[in-house]
Amino acid sequence: MIEVNNVTKIFNRGKANEVTAIRQLNLHIAAQQYVVIVGSNGSGKSTLLNLIAGNTMASSGDIKLDGQVVTRLPDYRRSEWIARVFQNPLSGTAPDLSILDNFRLAALRTRPKSLRIGTTEAFKKQVQDKIAVLGMGLENKVQQAMGTLSGGQRQALTLLMSVMDECRVLLLDEPTAALDPRSADLVMRTAEELIKTFKLTAILITHNLKDAFNYGNRLLFMSEGQILKDYSREEKLILTQNDLFELFG
Amino acid sequence: MDFYLTALLQGLCFSGIALGIYISMKIFNIPDITTDGSYTLGSMVTAVMLTHQQSLYTTLIASVVAGAVAGALTGVIHTKLKINALLSGILVMTALYSVNLVVAGRSNIPLIGTASLYSAITFVTDLNLNTLIVLLGVVAVLTALIGYLLKTDFGIAMRATGNSETMIRALGVNTDRMKIIGLALANALTALSGFFITQQQGYADISMGIGIVITGLGSVIIAESLINWLQITSVWTSLMLVLLGAIIFQMVLALTLALGVDANMLKAVTAIFVLIIVSLPRLKLLNRYD
Repeated sequence: MIEVNNVTKIFNRGKANEVTAIRQLNLHIAAQQYVVIVGSNGSGKSTLLNLIAGNTMASSGDIKLDGQVVTRLPDYRRSEWIARVFQNPLSGTAPDLSILDNFRLAALRTRPKSLRIGTTEAFKKQVQDKIAVLGMGLENKVQQAMGTLSGGQRQALTLLMSVMDECRVLLLDEPTAALDPRSADLVMRTAEELIKTFKLTAILITHNLKDAFNYGNRLLFMSEGQILKDYSREEKLILTQNDLFELFG
Repeated sequence: MDFYLTALLQGLCFSGIALGIYISMKIFNIPDITTDGSYTLGSMVTAVMLTHQQSLYTTLIASVVAGAVAGALTGVIHTKLKINALLSGILVMTALYSVNLVVAGRSNIPLIGTASLYSAITFVTDLNLNTLIVLLGVVAVLTALIGYLLKTDFGIAMRATGNSETMIRALGVNTDRMKIIGLALANALTALSGFFITQQQGYADISMGIGIVITGLGSVIIAESLINWLQITSVWTSLMLVLLGAIIFQMVLALTLALGVDANMLKAVTAIFVLIIVSLPRLKLLNRYD
């Protein structure tokens, strides 16, 4: 589903502050794999995710999504395959727009936004049904501005928004970093459920080793722009939290 | 009374600028001051076309398209060349001064015996009243169109572009293109104000656009204060308040003149008035420790 071939990313090339964030990295992720990436700050996890999403372009190498070369495609074109949940709950939603409007845009992620009113009663009902699953009581507040909700609520809604339209790849960039433990747990469980129900290919970046241990069926450990360890489903099963902790040692 | 009617008419004429600034500043979050140039451009195109016996219809389209092109140019400079929005606007505005002179061929074009929007349809014989009725009708249609646009899927994407760029890009919108379209739309509306006002005052002048952006800003800021105060979320009501803002703004200026303030001081009064509206919500003298 996702192929990263020999990709290198260098920031500020030729300047004093030149940084090689990703070094000749190879990564193949099969459909329906749920990959968890751990690694210390500056190990290149987020850069890797941004390269896959198209927020930054590779200095060399190529990236394929579903067999198609997307190396030079900008982020707004790769949204055809990819849905994202950001570290900052504020990035994944538009605060001044209503919950309904946010969902409307998400429902059109892979399609053009036309001069047609799409926030119909039928659509509203559809959104309400989806939101009701969260059990947060937000289904009766769909006209409310997104900005009035808490970070946890917004992050949970961003997750739901990602499956409003056809989604093949879900990128989760430390989705719970800014949340309290209870909201974090809800977001992680919602993600797990969506990934299973919609048979998504997913990548999760996390600093929470408990989450890395509990979720996903493949685990990568990154350091200095390279993948140092790659545990398959079976290897991950026999891994203990302590083993994970020692990777950072 | 006539005095205030004129102010009301001017307010309605300026509704294009107010809606334009609302779109660029509030919806796209871009400080665009191409306005000064595109307003005069709309006005000059109108004057030239009308004095050359073109129909109102073609004149309207030509001036709106001219404004749109100016706005799109600012948009391209801002997004493609990554130049600060304010500077992009200044560059285009400055260049437009020459363009306007070339379009007009001179610095002032009086409209004598030309076709006029305000006498195209006669509801009442009193010209001022007839102008008012025509303007009210046209502005109502305009507001309805923009209100509809903002409610469509495309409109929601426009609003999201200025609100959360990361989000809307991840949802498949080319934000550069969106901003160019937004600035084109904003300046098309501004040029439309030029079209209205030229026929209302009966001439186009090269210096008429100087500082006109403040009219739009003032109107939008008045509207914003009301929107925050009344906690409005509806798009329609917001647009209505922007129109109301444009009218209040002209009324206050008319009042200032009526009070006997020297006409030379008008721009200073305008600036101070806008300053007061901007700072009022922030002063909070009454509940300082809130």
